Amino acid sequence: MSLEAPPSGWIHKKIARDEKGWIIAATVVCIAMFFWMILWHVYGKQNPSSVTYYTTPEEFTTLTNSFIEQNQIGEDNGIPVVMPKPESDVFLLAQMWRWSSVIVLKKDEWYKFHISSKDVMHGFSVQPINMNFMVFPNYDYVLDFKPNKTGEYMVVCNEFCGIGHHLMIGKIVVIEDESELANYGY
Amino acid sequence: MSTFRTCDITGFKVDNTTEKLFRLNAVFAVVSLLIAALGAILLVFTRWQDFHVLSSPWYYRIIGLHGVNALVFWIVFFEIAGLYFGSTVVLNSRFCAPKLGWLSFILMATGFILTDVMILSGNADVTMTSYVPLKAHPLYYLGIILFAVGALIGVGLFFGNIALAKKEGKVGKTLPLFTYALMAAAIIAVLTLLSGALVYVPTFLWSLGLVESIDPAWYRLVWWGFGHSAQQINVCAMVGIWYLSVRLVLGGSSINEKVSRVAFLFYILFISIASAHHLLVDPAVSSTWKVWNTSYAMYLAVLASMIHAFAVPSSMEAAQRRLGHNKGLFDWLIKLPWGNPAFSSITLAIIGFGFIGGITGVIYGMEQTNIIVHNTLAIVGHFKGTVVIGTTLTFMGITYYLVPLMFRRKIVAFKLAKIQPWMFFFGIALLAIGMIALGMFGIPRRHYDIAFTGGPFTYDFNLVSGFIWVLFGLGGVLSFLSMLIWILIVVVSVFFGPRVNGPQDMQLAIAAPLGEERTPHKRKYEAPGTLVLTIIFLVTFLVFYFLNWKWLAAIWEIQ
Repeated sequence: MSLEAPPSGWIHKKIARDEKGWIIAATVVCIAMFFWMILWHVYGKQNPSSVTYYTTPEEFTTLTNSFIEQNQIGEDNGIPVVMPKPESDVFLLAQMWRWSSVIVLKKDEWYKFHISSKDVMHGFSVQPINMNFMVFPNYDYVLDFKPNKTGEYMVVCNEFCGIGHHLMIGKIVVIEDESELANYGY
Repeated sequence: MSTFRTCDITGFKVDNTTEKLFRLNAVFAVVSLLIAALGAILLVFTRWQDFHVLSSPWYYRIIGLHGVNALVFWIVFFEIAGLYFGSTVVLNSRFCAPKLGWLSFILMATGFILTDVMILSGNADVTMTSYVPLKAHPLYYLGIILFAVGALIGVGLFFGNIALAKKEGKVGKTLPLFTYALMAAAIIAVLTLLSGALVYVPTFLWSLGLVESIDPAWYRLVWWGFGHSAQQINVCAMVGIWYLSVRLVLGGSSINEKVSRVAFLFYILFISIASAHHLLVDPAVSSTWKVWNTSYAMYLAVLASMIHAFAVPSSMEAAQRRLGHNKGLFDWLIKLPWGNPAFSSITLAIIGFGFIGGITGVIYGMEQTNIIVHNTLAIVGHFKGTVVIGTTLTFMGITYYLVPLMFRRKIVAFKLAKIQPWMFFFGIALLAIGMIALGMFGIPRRHYDIAFTGGPFTYDFNLVSGFIWVLFGLGGVLSFLSMLIWILIVVVSVFFGPRVNGPQDMQLAIAAPLGEERTPHKRKYEAPGTLVLTIIFLVTFLVFYFLNWKWLAAIWEIQ
């Protein structure tokens, strides 16, 4: 009884067959979900990385600037456009309220992204595929991406980062061949 | 020495101090809820950008105000009132340390006012989570600390009350299930509030310039030890009230109290690591850490909720069958007292908590599927299901009993009270499902302008979302109106309602306990109808589960 102490012997009462069946079914589902996450690391293709390095805003800004210098191919609304080589390191710096560069990637190629923040926390949210990761200052989050479709993707900030949060939007362009660059004005 | 009145309706002895502190905490809970609701309607009509009523600074400010009042002040004030009630009145016992009770209340009230003033004056535009290095005025953090210290004293008084009742022989070996659930809530509350102290005290010192810097990853880890665990206090208190209402309305109890009690034990043991699911797409923590913790050690805390998902409806079914509604699978369900607003609130809360909050919660809280929902509106939709339909509707519902019993006033506009829970349920359900759908299109939470006017680029989210915003808005309006109705009914009843002078003035039934069944083990199935309902729930869950993994598998490869 929820307002009275239970009648004596409550602890020895047998669990009814239907309740027992439900508990067993629920336990099986729970255990299966646990192993599902582990198996997805083996067989699945979308797994958050465990690789993070300590950094500082100064160090990461330097890395980002030299990355932009080496790979810049143009400019889009005042933001440098970069086209890194497949399999290479890509540095993306978030700050109030912009992303450091517009990045051109090739379809079906791997890129090693390093993402960090110059000031407060930001959110790295790629649309319309809806892929979301956190961006911290002082941490370099290393994520390997392999785009599976060409087109224009927007990088939205989805962690509140101050009063201009909703102005923070960047771009990633995925192409198959360099002849497509003209379609995007690069 | 404390004085008592004996309740002429329930026969419980009500300690004077408990009654006063209960009333004050409950009143402050309702004030916080009103602030939260006024904030909510402004937020709805800002996010629905056809209206866009607030300016951007005020939008972010109100996000913080709404969050902290709805998720912290309303709920904790109400829970402290509930803890005092469950540890004295239910046990016919007295309040252990009245002076400390007052101290707790004064600290909480001061913290509440200070925090809200700091937010409204524009000194804490950091939203509820206040992730460092965003910085608020030191008094904002101090407000939260004062509130938390007051609440911690209140929780301590709960333990003191139980100890006193034991010492004076008011309880035997076993606590009543409701008080037992509150005990689980109180234990989790201690862990929660200590995490709160661990994160807010250094942050307060940092805002004063006494600490140089706070590590952002550390902050998120410990903050969620406070922020998420706080919601687990709610879950325990809420499920405790579900059992309580079955007892009040039908006279029934869990068909096997051992099972229900073990489930509460699972909450205490495993749920504190649940805060990990906020960190699934964070740097700094490894996949091993994420998988183990987000699954609450292989989902043992989810299992606890699954156990209650059967135990609570089956307690209704078993009671109804003994009361004579024994035909077929669902006669008991149809004949439940749906016109009793407390009961309908709680039953709707169970449905919403399970189908909206629970299903999304488990799926979004998995390491990989979190990638496609993190920080989108879908997350907000999820916790509208758990905290708003689950906890808030439960607390609102049980208030229909507490007004006559603890404030000794009749409920005014009783007919309106009967429809209020249904309005609230459909309103929040529409709002939450709208948010979940919008989140699946990638629409971010806490975002002023999803057209990015003034940014370097613009972007159009999926056009279908235009229609969903209308549903979102309608849900918001419906639940806001229902909330106003509830607040008006409660406030007018408490201050101006006709006095309750005895059982004849009780508008809601209080059933006599059904007691132990004479032949408890004869039937093969004690609750076949419930079994069917829970299987429907499980199938719904699995469908949504596989859909989400399918959506995840369609995006870029990530490693």
